[in-house]
Amino acid sequence: MTETAGTNTAGGVTCRPRIVAFAGNPNTGKSTLFNAFTGLRQHTGNWPGKTVTVTRGRFRFRGVNYIAVDLPGTYSLLPNSPEERLAKDFIFSDLYDVVVVVTDATCLERNLALALQILEVTDKVVVCVNLIDEARSKGLRVNTEALSRMLGVPTVATSARDGEGLPALMDAIESVITGRTATRPLKLKYTSEIEGQLRRIAGWLGPTGLVDGKLRGVSVQLLCGECDVLDVLRSSNRIVECLGKLDEGRRIRRECSVNAVSR
Amino acid sequence: MLAIGYYIGGEAMSILPLASLPVGREATVRYVSPDAPSYRRILDLGLVGGTKVKVIRSSPFGDPRAYLVRGAVVALRREDAQAIMVEVTDE
Amino acid sequence: MDFREEILRSAYETAERIAPSVVEGRATVPLCSWHERLDDIMTSAALGFPIMLVLLAGILWLTIRGANYPSDVLASGFSKLETFLAATLEHARAPGWLGSMLLYGIYRTTAWVVSVMLPPMAIFFPIFTLLENLGYLPRVAFNLDNLFKRVGAHGKQALTMCMGFGCNAAGVVSCRVIDCYRERLMAILTNNFIPCNGRFPLLIILATLFFGETTNVDGPTTNGPIRTAVVNARISPDGASVHSPAVITVAGLIIFGVLVTFFVSWFLARTFLRGVPSGFALEIPPYRLPQIGKILVKSLLDRTLIVLVRAVTIAAPAGAVVWILANTATSEAPGSPSLLSSAAALLEPIGRVLGMDGFILMGFLLGLPANEIVLPITLMGYLSAGTLIKVEGLQTLRLILVKQQGWTWTTALSVMLFSLLHYPCGTTLFTIWKETGSVKWTVLAAVIPLAVACTACFTFNQIVKLFL
Repeated sequence: MTETAGTNTAGGVTCRPRIVAFAGNPNTGKSTLFNAFTGLRQHTGNWPGKTVTVTRGRFRFRGVNYIAVDLPGTYSLLPNSPEERLAKDFIFSDLYDVVVVVTDATCLERNLALALQILEVTDKVVVCVNLIDEARSKGLRVNTEALSRMLGVPTVATSARDGEGLPALMDAIESVITGRTATRPLKLKYTSEIEGQLRRIAGWLGPTGLVDGKLRGVSVQLLCGECDVLDVLRSSNRIVECLGKLDEGRRIRRECSVNAVSR
Repeated sequence: MLAIGYYIGGEAMSILPLASLPVGREATVRYVSPDAPSYRRILDLGLVGGTKVKVIRSSPFGDPRAYLVRGAVVALRREDAQAIMVEVTDE
Repeated sequence: MDFREEILRSAYETAERIAPSVVEGRATVPLCSWHERLDDIMTSAALGFPIMLVLLAGILWLTIRGANYPSDVLASGFSKLETFLAATLEHARAPGWLGSMLLYGIYRTTAWVVSVMLPPMAIFFPIFTLLENLGYLPRVAFNLDNLFKRVGAHGKQALTMCMGFGCNAAGVVSCRVIDCYRERLMAILTNNFIPCNGRFPLLIILATLFFGETTNVDGPTTNGPIRTAVVNARISPDGASVHSPAVITVAGLIIFGVLVTFFVSWFLARTFLRGVPSGFALEIPPYRLPQIGKILVKSLLDRTLIVLVRAVTIAAPAGAVVWILANTATSEAPGSPSLLSSAAALLEPIGRVLGMDGFILMGFLLGLPANEIVLPITLMGYLSAGTLIKVEGLQTLRLILVKQQGWTWTTALSVMLFSLLHYPCGTTLFTIWKETGSVKWTVLAAVIPLAVACTACFTFNQIVKLFL
């Protein structure tokens, strides 16, 4: 068995690089965190004017290769712009191993709304409470254990600018990917009227084979008139297009699965 | 909506458009009209029914104004603030 | 029934329940007082606009002043390298025309672009990135939104204009922050009126040469008004002189560009882009002290180098093309004019009407791929040898423009006006086409500025003729 570049060797088993998506509200220090992870090993489109295009980068942790994807900042999963649509599409795709939801510790309430919407769709989530240094200087303390218990996913406090909490965050990412930590994300409850509507839509979606969070997430999108969510599910081509080289990650994934079969 | 607010509310002026709330005052959102030019964005930023909102400052021309919403500062034009009905709560 | 609000309300109500139970401390005081006090000043009716103008002027001043010295160093370095390259080419026995094209066409154009562009960009981009990271730019949008609203545009257009100072193509891409298609188009079509880094050097150089120091008016250039024909513009080696008139000229041009932006937006809102104005809902993040070191490195790597590489990749082939045009005779007869000069002769009457000449217009035409090579191409045309002058700093340039070609302050200002307004560069036009997906808007994005530029230059020269 030959080892291709960019693949991982862990315990003699070759596996693809893990894909970590960074999502969050604008102005949460998401890009700073992303930079802290990847350093200069990143690839952007033509212009990194904040997060105009999607930036990708690589990092290694405990001998495993990761591809980090910096998603455009968004306030909710109900998009208002092409960029927010891309972020939403990505969350609904199966192109990642874990989503790190970056939140602003000084403005947690607003940021949690997005985290909750993401938790509705996927359970591969780590919540990162960033800007913890800023919160401290304002006299705020965030009890991440309590937050973690309430959300049902690992929660780590970080200060991306001075690197505080980054090892813990990497550890949490790894533990969610490997399944060492089982997540039981908090699911949003709606009014009985909405729940009824969602059940009705979920009934229509039966033949698509969607289950769990995806099914519920897609139902919510459709209820809000976001019909293009179906395109995303039909094929992930649009996302792959947007991401260009991330396709490489998919290729590796495919190759690895072929390898696994032939072995 | 404005008229309904005036009479159902009992006391005059207890329900009014956010645009009419003076700087420094706090109120609770009762209704966001889908006619607001930035309706979707307003909801995204957390301005939904029941949200506390405070007028922080106005820009040099008086419009737009900045509001404190869920710990974040959000700027809204008069047309948007006009479509958000609030109930004064800080008396 | 609006489900969207209900859905988001559920999310927010849940967040409302969780947040207070995990955040301990003064959760009810979400803003630091110094943020508020700073914003009281930054967005106040009295000081908001003066501060913006002072900051803009300050950045420009730093860029103009700071770029001089490294520019000269680079230029002399390239000059030394050229001697070496010439010797190498000779040693390699390259054919005369090839060596000449490589050296005088490609190399000198590239050297020009790098030594003129790199220093201002290396200063401008980091400062701009600093302001961006500090959180000042949303305040600019907040302060200015009312003006944009009056002409039917969006306040976030202020942000795209700020980005345009760095690069118009980037400015056009950044128009995506404007959610409404109509107002985004408006921002895209008017981004050109903000001078980008490719045009700054031209503005800065001409401002320094012609409006820099108003001392010692020399005799030979007095075919224009005597009081302003500035000959002794000089970068003093000790760097002690302050070119405040140059800074004021550049700042004035930028303000003029902003006014044109408003005017054209207003015009578009009443012609091509009629419609209901959208709202304005913008989060204003708290001020954050940026990590200066990291920003310097990142902005140098990301912005400066990317823009520079693009400029060079365009400038090098353009240099070759111009060299060929300048060195191909129109007929076999000895002494017949080159393609470049005969084309320039054709354009001469139009150039004169606009206060310029045929060579300058050729420079603008051939400079379409990248604005930064307009001045080099013009110079190449001026020099009978058909090669770009050796880069030896502003002194040589002044000699050519003023002494040989008889430029006056009106010529300089016409060129600056035309450069400020004319049309977006090739990269930007391509970006506009990609962003809008429409040939119509791309064509309009070039035609509208061109019409404005011609009108402005023509009017300016008529006024000058009337009063002086």
